[in-house]
Amino acid sequence: MDTMAAIKQTFFQECEEQLAELENGLLAIERQEGDLETINAVFRAVHSIKGGAGAFGLDDLVRFAHTFETTLDLMRSSELEITPALVKLMLRAADGLADLVRFSRDGADLDRARIAQLNGELSRAASGEAAVPTIEAAAPAAPAIADEPAADENGFTPIRFSLDDLLGGPAFSADETSANAPLTVRFKPKPELYAKANDAVVLLREIRRLGEAKISCDTSEIPLITELDPEGAYLSWAVELDPAIEEASVREIFEFVVFDCDLDIGIAPEPVSATILTLPEPAAPAVEAAFAPAPIPQADTATVIPLAPDREMTPTETLIKAGQAQQPAAAGQQTTIRVDLDRVDRLIDLVGELVINQSMLAQRVTEAGIARLSEVAVGLDDLEHLTREIQDSVMAIRAQPVRPIFQRMSRVVREVADMTGKSVRLVTEGEGCEVDKTVIERLADPLTHMIRNAIDHGLEKPEDRVAAGKPEQGIVRMTAAHRSGRVIIEVSDDGAGINRARVREIAVKKGLIEANAQLSDSEIDDLIFHPGFSTASSISDVSGRGVGMDVVKRSIQALGGRISITSRPGRGTVFTLSLPLTLAVLDGMVVTVSGQTLVVPLTAIVETLQPKKQDVHGLGDTSRVIAIRGSFVPLIDIGRELGYRDEEADPLNSVAIMVESENRSQSALLVDGIIGQQQVVIKSLETNYGHVFGVAAATILGDGRVAVILDVDAVVAGSRADTGRSDISNRKRNAA
Amino acid sequence: MMHVSEKDVSANSELIAFRLGGQEFCVDIMSVRDIRGWTQTTPLPHSPEYVKGVINLRGSVLPVIDLAARLGFRATEPTARHVIIVTQVNNQSVGLLVEAVSDILTINAGAIQPTPDVASDLARMFMRGVLAIEGRMISLISLDCVLPQNSESAGTVH
Repeated sequence: MDTMAAIKQTFFQECEEQLAELENGLLAIERQEGDLETINAVFRAVHSIKGGAGAFGLDDLVRFAHTFETTLDLMRSSELEITPALVKLMLRAADGLADLVRFSRDGADLDRARIAQLNGELSRAASGEAAVPTIEAAAPAAPAIADEPAADENGFTPIRFSLDDLLGGPAFSADETSANAPLTVRFKPKPELYAKANDAVVLLREIRRLGEAKISCDTSEIPLITELDPEGAYLSWAVELDPAIEEASVREIFEFVVFDCDLDIGIAPEPVSATILTLPEPAAPAVEAAFAPAPIPQADTATVIPLAPDREMTPTETLIKAGQAQQPAAAGQQTTIRVDLDRVDRLIDLVGELVINQSMLAQRVTEAGIARLSEVAVGLDDLEHLTREIQDSVMAIRAQPVRPIFQRMSRVVREVADMTGKSVRLVTEGEGCEVDKTVIERLADPLTHMIRNAIDHGLEKPEDRVAAGKPEQGIVRMTAAHRSGRVIIEVSDDGAGINRARVREIAVKKGLIEANAQLSDSEIDDLIFHPGFSTASSISDVSGRGVGMDVVKRSIQALGGRISITSRPGRGTVFTLSLPLTLAVLDGMVVTVSGQTLVVPLTAIVETLQPKKQDVHGLGDTSRVIAIRGSFVPLIDIGRELGYRDEEADPLNSVAIMVESENRSQSALLVDGIIGQQQVVIKSLETNYGHVFGVAAATILGDGRVAVILDVDAVVAGSRADTGRSDISNRKRNAA
Repeated sequence: MMHVSEKDVSANSELIAFRLGGQEFCVDIMSVRDIRGWTQTTPLPHSPEYVKGVINLRGSVLPVIDLAARLGFRATEPTARHVIIVTQVNNQSVGLLVEAVSDILTINAGAIQPTPDVASDLARMFMRGVLAIEGRMISLISLDCVLPQNSESAGTVH
């Protein structure tokens, strides 16, 4: 990848962060939790995107961000009153901006008409109220206004000189602008300016390039050498410029440092005092500070992003928490580095090897008959602990909070709510819950589907809600939590719940069940996961394209997760996803079948038992069932199912492993014996071979041999297909 | 593999020759990553007969193909003397179970003769040509079709 492309990629990564921050900020404002700093953060986010986009010549993006920024600026300077309608517009604009960023990045579809419309709305919002500045118009945003000649604000018509007018600009009227008064710039860098590798000298040189400039340096703040902080900033400059020079062009120079310095640009009648210094002759401390090694974090290919102290750690591609604070100005804050995902994956692979190697070594030591308390064995125990710890730490690198995905859902909620004309509030909990990055990535689509479903099918229309005595605004709740080594994500709504009569009716009509089938409530609820099932009476834009919950279910299963549904009429529906924390390791039960070693994922296992003669019954010519606590469960001979042997296993010499598959139906898997329980590293079989039916993946055991990991759901489903029974009737029998 | 054949038109290429069912075959040395002794494989369910199973090759899962069975000979009963030639085919690593490696040949591309017109489908599927060396006939094997193809994939029981 060439340098430019690499920088561009970094820019887009940062854009994602800025967009998240933007949305967060706007949502906080919407909840009326925002303060001035929130608005500033929102503004900064849009501004940074604009700045970067400008550097890459992404004109569409710049133009839109510009309009957006202008409106935000008016909000910031309180010239625009923050109304719910305005915040809504801002949120839509944020979505539009996100679309534009994605369009610029990878040419995703772009609804240009919508962007243009948003652009227009933003401009209207900006101009609509701009003429009526409120009393506090300039006060909070322009700290340096005291230096200006006193002016009566009420008499002013605000003029925005530049849309980049970052400080909100002191308003002054045109007729007071004396044509001959020099344009003055007061510029006092803060230490952060130097810490970000900016240099005052460069900026001042830029100013001089604009035209004649009298630059004076104020050295009065330099302390005694004993008190001097080598990384501090003590100098300030005053510049008198040729009146012909446009203020906007001066502001442009300071565009990227404006938050890290006190800047005051205006017409000042009084002459600039203080010693006149000629450039380039900046006072020592500032330059020293600019080149101070400490604040500039080093990186080779990875980019280092020091985070501003007010920012939370932003979850992004791959961020590694570094232990050290890198900015002297804000010691103790969390810092992150961006690392190429391939490197992390390589590390995880290697640690996987290490785990295998370590257990191989342990096995050899045992085989060699070395005593458990010998130094070798003890050393090996230590090694095992270390290996485990390294493994956990490496896995933690990939672990990411679910926050970004939850945030993305708020947009889905907005859009779907708009489309369906329902009023919806999204409540999220547990966004900090960490899951493997791959799991997170692959959750986006299923969650989007679920949210759409919750709003489109789950929530009632506002009038129906009112009639049912519920508040008009529906609530969709998303929660994430860790529970016994898995992450549980729940998507719930407070709608009408599943209309079981209707579901049943449709299922009968579509031939999914017999008209007289006896189904429990939860079995009826499960029907919505059936392929092609859709309860919407009309095909709506939102969901109901027939790819509904069955797709969700399949993608969740592909992640090694499970989905279940509970619904209470009139109270709402809860979808519960149970997902593995990582896709790299798995807790499994190691079993033997026909001389082969297999791993059964522990998550599927309910219990194990020794079948008794009187409990095993034949059913039809080939099938057998086992009676467990009064109910009959199909017996699946794994050896035969996988083609390891032809003859049937003798259940009395086997162990039955009770498993629960996708639809919570139980089956008993017959294996020859259980070796033990173990954490195994998942190895792909697809890389060098291909998908094998009944096999989820492979792993390497302590003896260095490959063992296959059983795909329980596939084996169970396969055995049913073999015996020619339909899914539903089987489930019915299980429940009986 | 096709790009390899393109290359060896213009230059000398090296081939690894091995024995299988009394005949001699060879593959381009550029596609060979490793040669190792036979180790017990883990059989894969529902796989074709010629897929011996998988082994652990330095942490990755490597399928082993009984090349004799794949080419239509009798299935190999592997012993400790058999070897696995680890090859790279279309970005996948595949182990080929053969009786023994017999030779490393340096040949000129011109020495490769077209496969004689024989009836065997398998022969036409895998042979890229034949070589006449010191009175022996050695068949050059194309590895592209060695793994089960999608249509006959081991996984598609359903």
